[in-house]
Amino acid sequence: MAERVGVYVCHCGSNIAGMVDCEAVARWAKENVSDVAVSRDYKFMCSSLGQAMIEEDIRKEGLTRVVVAACSPHLHEKTFRRACSNAGLNPYLMQMCNIREHVSWVAQERDPATEKAKSLISAAVARVKRQEPLEPMKVGVNPRTLVVGGGIAGLQATLELADAGYPVVLVERSPSIGGHMAQFDKTFPTLDCSACILTPKMSEAYQHENVTLYSYAELEEVSGSVGAFKVRIRKRARSVREDLCTGCGACIEKCPRKVVDNDFEVGLGYRKAIYMPFPQAVPKIPVIDRENCTWFQRGKCRVCEKMCQPGAIDYDQQDEIIELDVGNIILATGWKLFDCRKIPQYGYGRLANVFTNMEFERLCNAAGPTSGKIVLRDGKTEPRSVAIVHCVGSRDKNHNEHCSAVCCMAALKFGHLVLEKTGAEVYSFYIDMRTNQKMYEEFYCRLLEEGMHFIRGRVAEITDAARMPGEEGKLIIQCEDTLLGRQRRIPVDMVILMGALEPQADAKELGLKCGISCSMAGWYTERHPKLDPVATMTDGVFVAGACQGAKDIPAAVAQGAAAAARVMGMITKGTVEIEPVVASIDEEGCSGCRICNNMCPYNAIEYDAGRNVSRVITALCKGCGTCVAACPAGVITGSHFNNEQIGAEIEGILWDARAAAGRGAAAAV
Amino acid sequence: MSEAFEPRIVGFLCNWCSYRAADLAGISRIKHAPNVRIIRVMCSGRVDPSFVLKALALGADGVMVAGCHPGECHYIEQNYKTIRRYGMLKHTLKAFGLEDDRVRLIWASAAEGQQLAEAIDRFVQDVRRLGPLNWPRFWNEDPARLAAVEKMAAEHAEAMEVPA
Ligand SMILES: Cc1cc2nc3c(=O)[nH]c(=O)nc-3n(C[C@H](O)[C@H](O)[C@H](O)COP(=O)(O)OP(=O)(O)OC[C@H]3O[C@@H](n4cnc5c(N)ncnc54)[C@H](O)[C@@H]3O)c2cc1C
Ligand code: SF4
Ligand code: SF4
Ligand code: FES
Repeated sequence: MAERVGVYVCHCGSNIAGMVDCEAVARWAKENVSDVAVSRDYKFMCSSLGQAMIEEDIRKEGLTRVVVAACSPHLHEKTFRRACSNAGLNPYLMQMCNIREHVSWVAQERDPATEKAKSLISAAVARVKRQEPLEPMKVGVNPRTLVVGGGIAGLQATLELADAGYPVVLVERSPSIGGHMAQFDKTFPTLDCSACILTPKMSEAYQHENVTLYSYAELEEVSGSVGAFKVRIRKRARSVREDLCTGCGACIEKCPRKVVDNDFEVGLGYRKAIYMPFPQAVPKIPVIDRENCTWFQRGKCRVCEKMCQPGAIDYDQQDEIIELDVGNIILATGWKLFDCRKIPQYGYGRLANVFTNMEFERLCNAAGPTSGKIVLRDGKTEPRSVAIVHCVGSRDKNHNEHCSAVCCMAALKFGHLVLEKTGAEVYSFYIDMRTNQKMYEEFYCRLLEEGMHFIRGRVAEITDAARMPGEEGKLIIQCEDTLLGRQRRIPVDMVILMGALEPQADAKELGLKCGISCSMAGWYTERHPKLDPVATMTDGVFVAGACQGAKDIPAAVAQGAAAAARVMGMITKGTVEIEPVVASIDEEGCSGCRICNNMCPYNAIEYDAGRNVSRVITALCKGCGTCVAACPAGVITGSHFNNEQIGAEIEGILWDARAAAGRGAAAAV
Repeated sequence: MSEAFEPRIVGFLCNWCSYRAADLAGISRIKHAPNVRIIRVMCSGRVDPSFVLKALALGADGVMVAGCHPGECHYIEQNYKTIRRYGMLKHTLKAFGLEDDRVRLIWASAAEGQQLAEAIDRFVQDVRRLGPLNWPRFWNEDPARLAAVEKMAAEHAEAMEVPA
């Protein structure tokens, strides 16, 4: 029996119709493409009316196949599959054809665009007729979730899930959870104490009966897929036994080896070779920095061992590998700071009193290296004037094009703290002042009133070469004031560079492990920039916080909670449907050549020596189709992408070539 | 309308990176030549060389295969297999007496809409320069060509190796 195909051409308002003659295309399909029983064009196919139109035609016109020519299948394939299901048609008998992203939005002329749309529709019709009804495979969702990164975003996600009663495994790379927020003194715009709002969440996560925390640990490997991932975690050796350590800190106190702390104190303070990154660290268990430990380096010392009453020091501890099953993964790995040395004209690393924003956070932190006193690099002189330079490494084609989103606000916060603590003059050198969240503009107005000076213009240079009276011994900011329209030189005692938030150095690598991609800059790509901000293209992998793009704490927290909610939805449902796109081997035709065996990266093909045939283990197959393309006997079938379907698509897509060659009209397909 | 030759090109794009790059080019309204007609496959590794030959035989003037960058395939390493097949395919085309520039393998990550659009434009231009493909016109029994086929088979024996 011939199939009855329904073709639906969407205008997408004027998005498609503005470039493609949708009406003509629909008419053409009905008249020229064989087996097209119904062909319509409509303003918005994805609207409920559009879907109802398809459903009604399936019922009334007895359609056996549906083609929707509209946007990318990545956007609406599910929508139209559902419409088909509703009307009793197997959803896999629907094919989408992308005439928006691949045609109307990229074409310059109407005629070629319309012709291209015809080709794609002809291909889709040819293909859909050969599609087979399939049932999505159902997989149970393991209720345990892996959260990678224990910054504020990861903590929020962890606590939401744990409070809802689901087990969470939190993996944090550094010895303590808390992320960047742990380094701050105050948070804008409310100026509430960062530690006061963060540390309760840290201890809550640690003590929660549903949370297993692996700190000083990293995600090594991920396999499996949504609902049933297998993950391998490497828990690095702390050289301290977590089960015995009471967190008293006697070891730290007596450790004779002092080391510059380049992590938490960003080079401004010291720690010991055995250390906790900060007093409120969670877990409150020290780590031995083996590279700097006298025992590990020179075979002498072992003072900490002597000091430790419970005997928790273990110099022979090895990295531990933990393998776990989880249903979903949330990546919340945050950001790293731009290396301000990359802009040499700003003098960071060369001019002592040029600081980075993170250094300044530590300087004004009551628990920081100067106990919160804002002083110059000499450790004692209070600055009488401070310049804050915005957009260092952001909004700069040479480094990062993006706006770091938080620096203007952090600069205002710094301005307030300097004014409050020192009474120095504060100058902000900004390009545009971006204070567009709740209470942010109000905070800016407050700083205007408090007397912070604002100079609009990108700083050209920071130098200690005095040229004019009053500049000796100062740092001089050279900048074009774009409001006054002239060059200015402003001498100050201290400069703070608002370094950009950048993606983590290993973001791409970690993303690949989990099967998700990054933007060109290196931020994780969400499934949809507006409508699906925490899901990714890989089912079961979510992103939250600054790893998805520079953002402030409220936004990071909102994403953490959103990712958790998405995961809870899946756990509550209990099962997920996964695409039934897998390979299978027709054993009758298999010659046992085993060529396919080493095509599969998942070892999904096993060889049955007894019967001299190969067999696909469906549960392991991910459906890439590489083995299908390799089998010399052509006996491997890739469901939904089999040779016949793709072959028909090729014929259909070239309908005009065949028509031109006179080798039978399009109707032959 | 000008009478310039407009090549017909079939593009096989993998679902995860390159198809999404094409989507991104659309979302960002990056205009490019309309000549490449896209067929979505799950992975560039699914592209059976016979698909390419079939497209050329049915009237395509060129075929583009696009995948994720090496090392970034959604299925770990399948695009390395694509690379090997591509080499083989080029030999095959030469053996058939066709310009091997009519097939092109390119990489585009999901973020590279701009790069993909540029690659499409470049390929269309290059195929336009080659002119229309009229396969039968190219075919004749040429001993040099048959020798090339033999050589190709030998060179790619490794790709067809059977595991021990
Ligand atoms: C100078 C400055 C001041 C700021 N002040 C404010 C403010 O006052 N108010 C405000 O709202 N925002 C402020 N921000 C922004 C704030 O820092 C971010 O919004 C916040 O840090 C985002 O949290 P996060 O959890 O996404 O990332 P992060 O805080 O970066 O946390 C990420 C965590 O993941 C861990 N991690 C990374 N990679 C891995 C891995 N591979 N495996 C395991 N763990 C990993 C990290 O160790 C870290 O613990 C400021 C930013 C700057 C630069
Ligand atoms: S490649 Fe084909 S014939 Fe060879 S073992 Fe695999 S399925 Fe059988
Ligand atoms: S389709 Fe891909 S994943 Fe499935 S068995 Fe074949 S090679 Fe392996
Ligand atoms: S999925 Fe893109 S090349 Fe394999």
